[in-house]
Amino acid sequence: MKRALVAAAALLGLASAQVTLTGAGATFPAPLYTEKYIPTFSKLANVKINYQAVGSGGGQRQLLDKVVQFAGSDAPLTDAQMKEYQDKTGSAVLHIPAALGPVAITYNLPGVNELRLDADTLAAIYLGKIVRWNDPRIAALNPGVNLPRQVISAVHRSDGSGTTYIFTAYLSAISAEWKSKVGQGTAVNWPAFSSLANRGNAGVAGLVQKSPGAVGYVELAYALENNLPIASVKNAAGNFVKPSLASAKEAAEGVDLPKDLRLVNQVVNTKDPAGYPIVGMTWLLVFQKQEVTAKSREQAKAVVDFLNWVITDGQELNESLKYVRLSPKVVNQAKALIATITYNGQKL
Amino acid sequence: MRPGGNLERRKLFDRFMLGLLILGSLLVVAPLVLVLGKVFLTGLSALNLAFFVEPYRPLDEGGGGLAHAIVGTLMMNLLALLIGGLLGLAGGILLSEYPDHPVNPFLRVISDLLNGLPALLKGLVIYTLFVIPMGRFTGLAGALALALVMVPIVLRATEGVLKLVPWSVREAGLALGLPRWRVILSLVLPSALPGVITGLMLGFARAAGEAAPLYFTAGGNLNLSFSLGDQVESLALTIYKYAGEPSPVRQEQAWAASLVLTLLVLAAGLLARWATRKR
Amino acid sequence: MEPVQTRSIHVSQSPLYRALGDRLFVGAILVLCLLVIGIVLVMGWQLGSAGSEALAAFGFWGFLSGSTWDPVQNIYGAWPFILGTLLTSLGALALAFFPALAVAIFAVEYAPRWLGSALSYALELLASLPSVIYGLWGLFVLVPAVRAVQESVYFWAADYAPFLLPLLGNPIGIGMTSAVLVLAVMIIPFAATLAKDSIALVPAAQREAAYGLGATKWEVIRLAILPYARGGILAGVILALTRALGETMAVVMVIGNSNKLPFTLFGPATTIPSAVINEFGEAQGLQLSSLLALGFILFLISGALNLLAAWIVKRMSVEGRL
Repeated sequence: MKRALVAAAALLGLASAQVTLTGAGATFPAPLYTEKYIPTFSKLANVKINYQAVGSGGGQRQLLDKVVQFAGSDAPLTDAQMKEYQDKTGSAVLHIPAALGPVAITYNLPGVNELRLDADTLAAIYLGKIVRWNDPRIAALNPGVNLPRQVISAVHRSDGSGTTYIFTAYLSAISAEWKSKVGQGTAVNWPAFSSLANRGNAGVAGLVQKSPGAVGYVELAYALENNLPIASVKNAAGNFVKPSLASAKEAAEGVDLPKDLRLVNQVVNTKDPAGYPIVGMTWLLVFQKQEVTAKSREQAKAVVDFLNWVITDGQELNESLKYVRLSPKVVNQAKALIATITYNGQKL
Repeated sequence: MRPGGNLERRKLFDRFMLGLLILGSLLVVAPLVLVLGKVFLTGLSALNLAFFVEPYRPLDEGGGGLAHAIVGTLMMNLLALLIGGLLGLAGGILLSEYPDHPVNPFLRVISDLLNGLPALLKGLVIYTLFVIPMGRFTGLAGALALALVMVPIVLRATEGVLKLVPWSVREAGLALGLPRWRVILSLVLPSALPGVITGLMLGFARAAGEAAPLYFTAGGNLNLSFSLGDQVESLALTIYKYAGEPSPVRQEQAWAASLVLTLLVLAAGLLARWATRKR
Repeated sequence: MEPVQTRSIHVSQSPLYRALGDRLFVGAILVLCLLVIGIVLVMGWQLGSAGSEALAAFGFWGFLSGSTWDPVQNIYGAWPFILGTLLTSLGALALAFFPALAVAIFAVEYAPRWLGSALSYALELLASLPSVIYGLWGLFVLVPAVRAVQESVYFWAADYAPFLLPLLGNPIGIGMTSAVLVLAVMIIPFAATLAKDSIALVPAAQREAAYGLGATKWEVIRLAILPYARGGILAGVILALTRALGETMAVVMVIGNSNKLPFTLFGPATTIPSAVINEFGEAQGLQLSSLLALGFILFLISGALNLLAAWIVKRMSVEGRL
């Protein structure tokens, strides 16, 4: 009988000795998390981590439902959300940054190898005001390029997405029409009626790859990994810049973060002449009072260890996948935040 | 029949309709051939040993295999078979062996309802009933959602085959002085066993292919896990996720997973046919 | 049927055993059955109560007829999703109906025995293939083929009938057309199997009488068989429709997930299950409630249709015809 109970407990994972962490959220940093951070840290600390790339919105929701220990998000919680989380769980949410990355505009136009776009054109495409590739407004940006008469399919995310948040923050920052008609968020009311949607950064990349005439926005790693064509985007200084580690770094430099590291408007429309204008920061969201989501002190400790590792040694891995590492100043700010994490009132 | 119809013309029309019927039948069979052909051709070329023995690996390490999803699918479906099978059998026995029970009309309506309800909704109900209170996604929750998929299938099959058992079998048992429950368990069920197993197999195959109810219950897991208390991956869920991926490696894995699921469905169907034909 | 080995059964003759055994057995079975009933009731109640917030916020008709779905402004209307679900399902049914009927008639009335059972097996297989596999096939095989056709139609229309263009929409392959085609393939077996069964139930006397009057084979089918089997055919159609309404994965993979009205023939669209699978994971507050209200609407529609089909099947088996 006892043996049966033990077997049942083992089956249900109650008796496993290894600490397991569950996280969910953003697909934007998912390659970095699932291919770099988690394999490396797991070997180092003997902690099993399961990160499900369900989208930033999904991560936020699962954190609130207390079914994960950390959420990945490239959209910071809004003030209203911060209050809601505090009210429902009794704990504040901390935003621990992990990396920055550019959002690439990728497209599928056989024969077109170079494409230039700016915020107003992009807004017009996603608003459904520009419906064909040979529209004069696109042609004006691309002299000498033979643009087809094809209908544009504007691909966006079907799930709540931090990448959408960064992209719409960028459009809202420049296009007044976009700001008033659509606005900025993890999910918005997409106006263009020839728009297609798919789940996750990978889903958008896959859909663009499969659909001639499509344009979409994905984190740079997704475009590079799959050799998708990438458009140059006009920045505030008037230069057309391609997303790259260097141009994103330029943009990220000198960005001032508030004390709680919630950068509401992301890193868009940089003044830097060599900077790429659509760059976003991605965070790991955790509860300050770890007992809200941690099942044990060991688990809470593992969360803190993981966070501390991500902002220090983990940063060494960022550039291998073209993510920008955090500046020393941000790392120090993040360290101070992590130090405030408690488990049942005790420091960890 | 319209009187005075020209016989020649009517015969011609008869031929014409037969042609249409054949055409219609071909239209039904063609997609099956196309789907199976594509699944077998692409799936076979994508299948390899790594697919079965390796769990998820990053793309720059070759992408690994789907061992984690295979293990997860098997674990969840076996538990679901246990739960859903039990519930379905109980329902089938009540409907067939206690035909006058006052619960029966409700049970029949509910079973019909459950059969037609989208599997997605079954996942939603388990999410609110189990996942949120437990504070995590688990293979257990996934198995419960899959059990709900199985219940109406097993229930209908059980009721159907039990009703085929002649009443004389039951009467013989009762005449021997057996209590009713022994008659059911030791006489009726065993003689209908092939049919019952068929129902279970069909339920199993159906549940193995379901992805929608797992999305909010099992959660998915890239690590190989042998515990139903963890989040668990499934083949069907993996197909859904990988289908959208731009990477050809992931796409091939989706096709290979489709092939495995298809083989499972084919095997279940054949086994079911064999079990019922044996009688 | 195996012969029953009565000798192997040992029965305790204790009175307690005899008195309690049956009660315990029925009790246990009853508990399990009530559990099933309970879960379904809870499902409906939960969807209804969780969705009531949205229904209260926008009003029942307001929610049903609202065509904006805006998570930024927190305004939710169900109309695009309801319309998309109905259009794809009815479209699929329209495509599936005649092939399903044809295969049913052919399998019962014309095909030799081996071919008939092969066709039955094919239908079983079609019904049992997982929907993700249809979705995968749809995405990689059907969509490119559909796109090629759509493009030629589109360019023809652009040259000769430009007024058609707004109706056709973007010829991208992913969208309404592909979703309808995939759904049609998926629901054929549900309509065909019931039709086949009810055609097989038509008494031989019915046929012989018609032949006796000198009818050709087709005339026998049309005048003597189809009217007799119409109950089963109807039930199959309704079941197929329910299946189409609730289909999630295959549709979400090929439909393009756009809730912008008006929907076009080629362009992307959406359905209730697609919306739920796409947004349930992250929805909170009013958006979550609106999604669950969508789920509730689906629950009501598919529940009602299912019961209707079950009722028809029952009447059919009792009376032989409707």
